[in-house]
Amino acid sequence: MKRFAKLIQQLELSNKTNDKIAALVDYFNFADDRDKIWVVALFTGKKPRRPIKSALIKYWAIEITQTPEWLFSESYSNVGDLSETIALLLPPAENTSDLQLHQWIEDLHHLEGKDDETKKSFILNAWNTLETQERFIFNKLISGNFRIGVSNKMLVNALAKQSSLDSAQIMHSIMGKWNPYEITFNELINGIHVNTDNSWPYPFCLAYALENEPETLGDIADWQAEWKWDGIRGQIVKRNGELFIWSRGEELVTDQFPELHFLSEVLPDGIVLDGEILAVQDKQVLSFSTLQQRLNRKSISKKQLEDAPIGFFVYDILEFETEDIREKPLSERRKILEPTIGGLEESPVILSPIINCNTWAELAELRQTSRSINSEGIMLKKMSSHYHSGRKRGDWWKWKINPYTVDAVMIYAQKGSGRRANFFTDYTFAVRDGENLVTIAKAYSGLTDKEIKEVNSFVTKNAIEKFGPVRTVKPELVFEIAFEGIAESKRHKAGLALRFPRILRWRKDKKAAEINTLEDLRQLLASTL
Amino acid sequence: MALIEFTKRGIYCKQGDFYVDPWWPVDYAVTTHGHSDHVRFGNKHYLCHTLTKPIIKRRISEDLDVETLNYGESIVRNGVNISFYPAGHIIGSAQVRLEYKGEVCVISGDYKTEDDGISDVFEPVKCHSFVSESTFGLPVYKWQKQDIVFDKIKSWVNDNIPQQKTSVLIAYSLGKAQRLIKNLAGDVPIYVHNSIANLNEVIINAGVKLPEAIRITPETTKDELQKGIVIVPPAMRDSRWIKNLSHPVTGICSGWMQVRAHRRWQSADAGFALSDHADWTGLMDAITATGAQKVYVTHGFTAAFSRFLNDEGIESEEVMTKFGQEDDEENKVDLADTETNNSETKNQKSE
Repeated sequence: MKRFAKLIQQLELSNKTNDKIAALVDYFNFADDRDKIWVVALFTGKKPRRPIKSALIKYWAIEITQTPEWLFSESYSNVGDLSETIALLLPPAENTSDLQLHQWIEDLHHLEGKDDETKKSFILNAWNTLETQERFIFNKLISGNFRIGVSNKMLVNALAKQSSLDSAQIMHSIMGKWNPYEITFNELINGIHVNTDNSWPYPFCLAYALENEPETLGDIADWQAEWKWDGIRGQIVKRNGELFIWSRGEELVTDQFPELHFLSEVLPDGIVLDGEILAVQDKQVLSFSTLQQRLNRKSISKKQLEDAPIGFFVYDILEFETEDIREKPLSERRKILEPTIGGLEESPVILSPIINCNTWAELAELRQTSRSINSEGIMLKKMSSHYHSGRKRGDWWKWKINPYTVDAVMIYAQKGSGRRANFFTDYTFAVRDGENLVTIAKAYSGLTDKEIKEVNSFVTKNAIEKFGPVRTVKPELVFEIAFEGIAESKRHKAGLALRFPRILRWRKDKKAAEINTLEDLRQLLASTL
Repeated sequence: MALIEFTKRGIYCKQGDFYVDPWWPVDYAVTTHGHSDHVRFGNKHYLCHTLTKPIIKRRISEDLDVETLNYGESIVRNGVNISFYPAGHIIGSAQVRLEYKGEVCVISGDYKTEDDGISDVFEPVKCHSFVSESTFGLPVYKWQKQDIVFDKIKSWVNDNIPQQKTSVLIAYSLGKAQRLIKNLAGDVPIYVHNSIANLNEVIINAGVKLPEAIRITPETTKDELQKGIVIVPPAMRDSRWIKNLSHPVTGICSGWMQVRAHRRWQSADAGFALSDHADWTGLMDAITATGAQKVYVTHGFTAAFSRFLNDEGIESEEVMTKFGQEDDEENKVDLADTETNNSETKNQKSE
């Protein structure tokens, strides 16, 4: 456990990917294999089952430290993490323990089904043998997620570096089906449970944002224009009868999208498609918020499948008949792509349409209609372009529409979590409605650290209530809020809801009297209906 | 009648007609210690501890009119007896004890209860009313013994040196810097920023024994610094000067480093929970030892700490002050620091 505690500390201390990978490699070099398998499991979200409810753990901590509940809550809102709050509140441990990570996990596993008294005495005893940092980890093992800024990609890179195996192969291995109780570390990273020859994806080709007028790109006839869709970029790989869906984060998400599993029957072998996973109904793209209901879930209910059906809009083809065709020009790849998925008209797999325009002006006009089809603008790809690895300036451009904006005043502030736990970083904004202010959005991103500190100091000085995480503040600070859409909403007092609101800039030049009104937003809503 | 009241200008003793740590100019300012949120420019007369005098003269102005007291000594002003007791916060920090017609009030300024090896150790003083800070007035803030923290810092430095990294500790120049020098001296040379070296000089001239700390000059080589410990004030944190060192790694020494969220927010390479303020246990022990019937809670987690005291049966009230601005000891950037910092940058440019 001490070794693992040190790893967590190292991972938290650095913001640099290289440092984190070095810490992971160091850990994988020296740790016990039986611990390593659990580290991979924990970091990829394979949590051991919770033997005890968080509420009970909190209750026991309050009981043995004799902390009033309100003071516990105050401490929690300062620390920002329940496991850590408990670890810090407890008195220093009287004993020490050399139990390893996997032993603790096994011991916790054996608690399942035991009565509360047995569980309690085990937990109290454990707390009394662990140092603060180990306690924090122990509490995390029982109650929470290990969200410590290690992405699957980072973990895979570290494992690849340490084992000299190929990283895509390791990604496939750890994203596959395995049980940390049943497989050894070496079996796992060597992928004995999966066939890694079939799965490997290509690096995605990415676009830069278009900063100049499109006329600067030359003749429009040299360019292929498509709608820019706001979903999850994905690659569909089918080789030797097996189907894999990779997300842009280079994670395997095959299991999350059963609607696409039929492709393993209908696609030819040795094919790789690039496209966008979107919420789709009757061939129409639904909003991103609909798609969100389907993301990052371990299991999907029937209701979710009905409420948020997904589809795959195909952009490109990278491998055909087992041949890598990324070096062929886009126009040729498109010629191969169209007939290949031509037979899928009745399925949720849809060829992302090409927009035909003769002039840039015509295209610019069409671009203004993007929102009506839930697109966020236009993609411009050079007809002659290869499918590059990553981002390369010049061949692919994204030409996004500008967001809507509204000037609003901050009326509530709430402390953030994690890195920002001690700062007021989550703000609620209001616009004028006659004499009153009415809430229209909550937003928590878009300010620099320096600005956050400034707002934080304003909130501290101008708070009306003092307890709990939310502060009502004097309506004084004006912010420009950007958003992607507006919809009627019965749930909100304003009668409307903004989509993807975020802070565009702090309008220090504006006073609260100069902000927008609810009527302004109603008019905007009416104009989009 | 109460001995003190909280006014716009600061803590006021009506009977004696003087202020303690006022933030607006007054005729007579009793000063607990030399940090800039407790002593300001513009008062006609100052009363402070003997060791604080050269510090505030250096930091504010040589022209200040300053009277001094040692710990345990007292003077009478308009019938109010004023005496000083060690607060343990930094060198020269004092709790101010006021007595008038049998009524005793103690204004503690900033304080800590642990012996830091360089300041006189905090001494509880019996009183009827007590003014306490609450910078770390939540039970999650409980410090480890400073020896343990210094061992951690030493082992961090010992790991850095063979890896060719330069260990840079961030510590405010009055108090924390000298505490680090005193407790880290011996293994490797300690190099300090100008503003710290200047204060060290003042403190040594006042008769305090301080181990050697080398002033960083344009002649100091990166190689020398890499093999030692570099201590700089918070104003230097994101400076080009640090970035230009050989593989610099920064360590912040502050009580806030107790919590992961703060460590990550500060985005330093290491955080050491080392504070010159009392932790939760220290605050409670100090308050209990005074036997005070009434506790005024100034800067920090005032609401929570005051509520806890009331629940414990100690009458308490939170008061608004301008102490501990920004709620963060790391943010106390003194003008003096920034100025020397700028002039140093100029020096480097001219070379």
